[in-house]
Parts: sequence; C-alpha cells; structure tokens
Amino acid sequence: MADIKRRTLLRSGAGVAAAGVLSAPMVHAQGTGGTLRCGFWDHWVPNGNVVMRQLCAEWGQANRVDVQMDVVTSNGNQILLTINAQAQSRTGYDLMSFPTWEPSNHQRSLEPVDDVVRNLIQKYGAVTPAAEYLGKPAGTWVAIPAVAGTQLKPACVRFDLLQQHAGIDIRAMWPARNQRGPGADTWNWETFARAAEACHRAGFPFGLPMGSFTDAVDWVGALFESYGAFMMDDKGAVTVRNNAKLRAAVEMCARISRFLPNDVWAWDDGGNNRALISGRSALIFNPPSAWAVAKRDAPQVAENCWTVPMPAGPEGRFSAYLPYFWGIWNFSRNKGAAKAFLEWLSDRAQAERQTNGSNGYDIPPFTSMSDFKVWETEGPPVGSVYNYPVRAHHNARTSIAMAPAPAAMAVQMYNQGLNTKLIARIVQGGESVDQALGWVERELNTIRRGG
Amino acid sequence: MAADATTAPIMPSAPGSGRASSLQRVARRRSTIAVLMTTPLLVVIIGLVAYPAAYGIYLSTLNRRMTGFMEGEWLPTGLGNFEILLESETFWAVAWQSCIFAITAVILKALIGFWLAHMLHHIPSKGQRKWRGMLLVPWVIPPALSTLGWWWMFDPAYSSINWLFQVFGIPAVPWLGEKWWARLSIIIVNVWYGAPFFMIMYLAALKSVPEQLYEAAAIDGATSWQRLRYVTLPMMANIISITVLFSLIVTFANYDIVRVLTNGGPRDLTHVFASYAFQVGILSGNIPRGASISLFMFPILAICAFFVLRGVTRRNKEQM
Repeated sequence: MADIKRRTLLRSGAGVAAAGVLSAPMVHAQGTGGTLRCGFWDHWVPNGNVVMRQLCAEWGQANRVDVQMDVVTSNGNQILLTINAQAQSRTGYDLMSFPTWEPSNHQRSLEPVDDVVRNLIQKYGAVTPAAEYLGKPAGTWVAIPAVAGTQLKPACVRFDLLQQHAGIDIRAMWPARNQRGPGADTWNWETFARAAEACHRAGFPFGLPMGSFTDAVDWVGALFESYGAFMMDDKGAVTVRNNAKLRAAVEMCARISRFLPNDVWAWDDGGNNRALISGRSALIFNPPSAWAVAKRDAPQVAENCWTVPMPAGPEGRFSAYLPYFWGIWNFSRNKGAAKAFLEWLSDRAQAERQTNGSNGYDIPPFTSMSDFKVWETEGPPVGSVYNYPVRAHHNARTSIAMAPAPAAMAVQMYNQGLNTKLIARIVQGGESVDQALGWVERELNTIRRGG
Repeated sequence: MAADATTAPIMPSAPGSGRASSLQRVARRRSTIAVLMTTPLLVVIIGLVAYPAAYGIYLSTLNRRMTGFMEGEWLPTGLGNFEILLESETFWAVAWQSCIFAITAVILKALIGFWLAHMLHHIPSKGQRKWRGMLLVPWVIPPALSTLGWWWMFDPAYSSINWLFQVFGIPAVPWLGEKWWARLSIIIVNVWYGAPFFMIMYLAALKSVPEQLYEAAAIDGATSWQRLRYVTLPMMANIISITVLFSLIVTFANYDIVRVLTNGGPRDLTHVFASYAFQVGILSGNIPRGASISLFMFPILAICAFFVLRGVTRRNKEQM
C-alpha cells in the first residue's frame, strides 16, 4: 500500500469538502425539486392556516419539494410592508399572497401566470370578472385569484328585527335553496332605504360604516355600481360632471346614511361587527366572520342572523368583493414549482378544503365552485350562510369599488375612500351635492396626474 | 506628551523585534485611531440616516411607476410630485392639520411638563422618586399599545368615557367621529404620552439651578413669580428650547396615534404628514408621491431647528 503523504491527504480533504459545499443546497432540500418559500396571508380563522400548512406539506411530499410556509399578518398592514420591501429589494419569498390591489401595483415584479390561469379556466370555467379586472391589469395575468382570504360582503341580517320593524321576511325572500322567494325582486335600494329608516326609528339602525376602511368603501362601491355610477372610466377620464347616474347613487347613499348611527364616520372594519354582535344593529354588510364571532360570544344574536345578497339598483345587483391573489415574484428561483403548486392549490378539491377550513369564509374565484357543502350545513340557523357566495339565482355580479378605472388610479381612489368621503361631505360636512361632486372631481384630477 | 501630538505614546519594543513596521506606525497615529473609533458611528449615520434620506429624495422625483422622473407643468422635471401636492386641497388640509396638531400638542406638553416638574421639585426627595416613576409610566408604554387603550375609551360604539358621562347625565361625545372632537382626541393622547418627557427634562434642569440664586433673589425681596421669571426661566431657557425642538420634530412626524385612533378621518381632517404619506405611498401604491409628502416636513422642521439652535448658541455666548 502506497504511503499517504500529509499534502495528498489535505488535497483530498479539500476536494471532499468542496464537493460537500457545492452539493449542499440539494442536501438541504427535501427532494430534487429544491425549496419553495411561501408567504401566505395570516388567516382570520385560525384553522385556515392549519389547512394551508397541511396542503403545503402534502404537495411538497408528493413533488419532493421543500415547501417552507410563513404566515404574514395584514394587521398593521404588515403584508403590504412585506410586499413593498421584497419588491424593492428583489429578494424574499418565491410566492406570496397579495391583497386586492397589489398585483396591479407590483405587476412589473410579478411572473406572468397566464398559463396557470388558462389551465384553471379550462377546468372550472370563467373567473369572476372582478378578479380578472384586478389580476390581469394589462392583458396579462400577473397573479392567480386566491381562495384563502377572498371574501364577499353580502348583507348579514337580523331577520327577527327586520321582520318586526320593517315588515320584511328576509328568509322567505332568500331561502337556503337555489331559488328566489316571494318579494326577492323588491329587494332593492329603495326598499333598503325604507327599512333602514324603520329600523333606525325602532332603535336598531343598520350598522354600515362610512369611514375610509374597506368595509365602508366596498358597500358604497357596490351601491354606486348598481346605479351604473362611475367616477372614472376605464380610460382614466373623470366622469363626474353631468353624470345623472352618479348623482342618483350619491343621493340614495346620502339618504341611507342619515339613518345610520351618528358615529359611523369613524368606524373601522370592526365597527359593523361590533354593532351586530352587541345586538344593536339589524343589518350589516360583511363576510360571515361577524356571525361566526356572534356564534361564540352572543349565540342569541347569531341564531337570528341570515345572509342575503346586497340590494339591487337600476343597473343590477352587485356584491362587494375583496379578493386575495397568489403571485410569484419574477426574482424567484423556483418559478416552475411555484406555478405547479399554485395550480394544484386552486384545484376544486384543495379549494373546498380551504373553504371548509375557514368555516365557509373563503370564496373561490370560479362561480362553478359556489356549491360547496359547507355553506349549506353551517349554522345555527342551518342555511344562514347559504346565500354567502354569489349563486346563479341571485342574478348578481361581484363588484370592486372604483372599477372600471385603471387599477393604478382605482387603488388610490379606493384607499383614500373617495366615495365615502363624498357622502360624508354632504351628510356630515353640510355641503351640497354639487359642492361635494366638485371636490371629488378635483381629487380625481390630482390622482390622474402622474398616473 | 503634548495633547495635540499626532501619534499615540510608543511602548518600548519587545527585545529583538527591531524597528516598528510602517503599519504599526500608521496604526499608532491619532488620526488613524480617530477614524477607527468613529467608523461605527459613520456607518450607522450613513446607513440609517444619510442613505435613506437621499433615497427618499430620489424617490420623490420619480413618477408613479418609478420608470422615470416626474414631469411638472410649472416646476422642473423631477419636481412634479411637489407641484401636484401644492395644488391639492387635501394636501393643504393635511399640512394645516399637522401644524395645528404639532404646535398645540407641544405647547400643552411643555406647559404640563413644566408644571409637573415644579410640583415634583418641591416634594421632599424621599417621596419624590415614587411620584417620578408613576408620572413617567405613560412615556415608557409603547405608544401603539397605549393608543389602543385610548381608542377603547374613545371607541365610537362602546366608549367608556361616554359611559361615565351617561352616569352623570352628560350627553355622549362623538370623540372620533366629529372634526374638532377627533382633533382634540389625538392631541389629548399625544399630550398624555409626551408630557412626562418634558417633565423629566425640566426636573433635571430645575435641579441644576444653583440654590444661591434663589437665596439672593429672596434677599432682594423677589416674589415667587419674579423668581420664576428672572431666575428659573433664564436658567432653563436652553433646555426648554432643545426639548421643544426635539418634541416638535417627533410630534410632527407622529404616525401611530393618528393611524390607530382615526386613520385620518373623518374626511381626512385628522391626517398628519406621516399618516397621509403612508396612505398615499404604501396603501395607494404611489411611493414617489408618498415620499414627497413626507419630505415636506423637512423644510418646516429645518426652519424651526435653525431658529431654536441659533437662540441656544446666542445665549451660550452671552453666558460665556
């Protein structure tokens, strides 16, 4: 046996060490698919995160990819700060949850996902148009409409109070089956305004926020859209002047606002939930989260709640919609795995698990998925959230406040709550409709400048 | 060795090491040591102050998509965002509100802090410590948390203060829903949080006023008001100026109180520069315009700082 010299031994050792270091990434990964770092929205419903972790683990094992999942809260806008920081530094997760307007804000940093969405559309039919408006800002899908976190904001009604004080049997109107009941055609904003006045007189005013948080902007946005009232068109032109539809919507909204609690101008997104749960309010616009909390904290309130579509206006019925998206950063090192994972996550079986895990809160982007069992079985009362997703017999469409303005401008209009401030100037500030419309026109021109 | 010598004292060389190498000589120079000692501070200042400030200025010159410089109609290219802001009603309302908020809150904090410091100064030293500790509590609680506590008290639907009012038959107050009440609410919280800082600074200043000055004033028959006017205030002038300046900067840049309590509402009437910059820059995705809004604070504060610091320098020269 030849003598092993000290230098030979050191040289060999260095070679082994170098080989070990070079192959380290693959050693660390679970399999040959590498690592996928995911930043998902921290779900309001605690079980929502549990389900997402299970799904990550299952797909990772099946595809030999090390899926690392973090949850990023939206409290304190942490998710927005994380997205902006990662976009600026061009480093971070491979894929992330993006709140409503963020795909458009960061379209230049996102990997196009037309191929994934095309596959999903082939399997499940069309995506709801509001999600397309947000996720496909320049003719290219830059993010996939997500299941987890996406919500609608229909009316959550205290059916006992509405029956007693406004004479409306809302459960008969919108039963827990795929058909309209008697009087459903009269469920419009005129009926709604009269009911708001009656309940206000009885001491149970509707709990509709009028500040600049999303719940407020969304319901006012849906009302505007149901009147065909738009402040900016899809080309970015301001359409406030001589706009009869806008004026009609503003007048109706101002009329309703006069029958709300006098502090709604300062409500945050929890204000309406508290109004319902405390038993002080006969109606709010919200996902079933308020009702779910009432089940725990005020069961006598929850068992008298019934979710129904928003009222209709002259141009149809719209339901306020606030989606999340899943997007892949274009600086991700594992785009292929990210696309495959997100497509799998959007499949019907996985979508249903996410919706079930969130007790029906999460809304899939495909109308063909509006028939999950969870909305039929949740209660009490059983059937309370049957009408939470948009169903065919509602004859309704999803609405994004400030659409169809170009997303780059709509996001500014939305976050500055221009529609609710317009109403506040009239009802709280004492301005005339013309003065308030003049103000909003000037604000819109400010937003337009510089894109 | 002279104090201004250029090299540090040379220790005797170890036997056999010969002449010190040139590297050792450079290392021994006082200028080298000074650079080494200040390097960490320079790194911190450049990394955490100069670079972000320069980057903020750069961002403010860009268009919304950050693909080029923002053009102006009557201001040069690169200053377009400032031009838009100067023409915006909402921005001027925010500027006006920021001034109302900062000036009112700082004046109130200074007065309350001064009064508290005097009260504490006259408590025997045995009991002073516990009062000092208790009065400092608002200042040591993280403001986001304490503001949340205040929000619960002001909460539109369940205000505990309104509940107490109800007990005494006083009508409920829309603390956060009406313009002037909302403005007052954020000032109250800021004063509650910031007054202890003034108190502790003024207390330290009061303790440093020589007792002989008061004795001499007493011999001259000075009243308590005259002692305050001609002894205490002149001796505290510098610390008052510096504290007011410091607080003005912090209050002008305040974000958390407005964000938690009112989110700028109702109708943008409680927004301050920082909260409005966040709304426009981060929430609305217009980072350059958000940067421009936050930069508006700079000239206002720079002018304040110039006058306050000039006053301090002038007084120091007079005392020398």
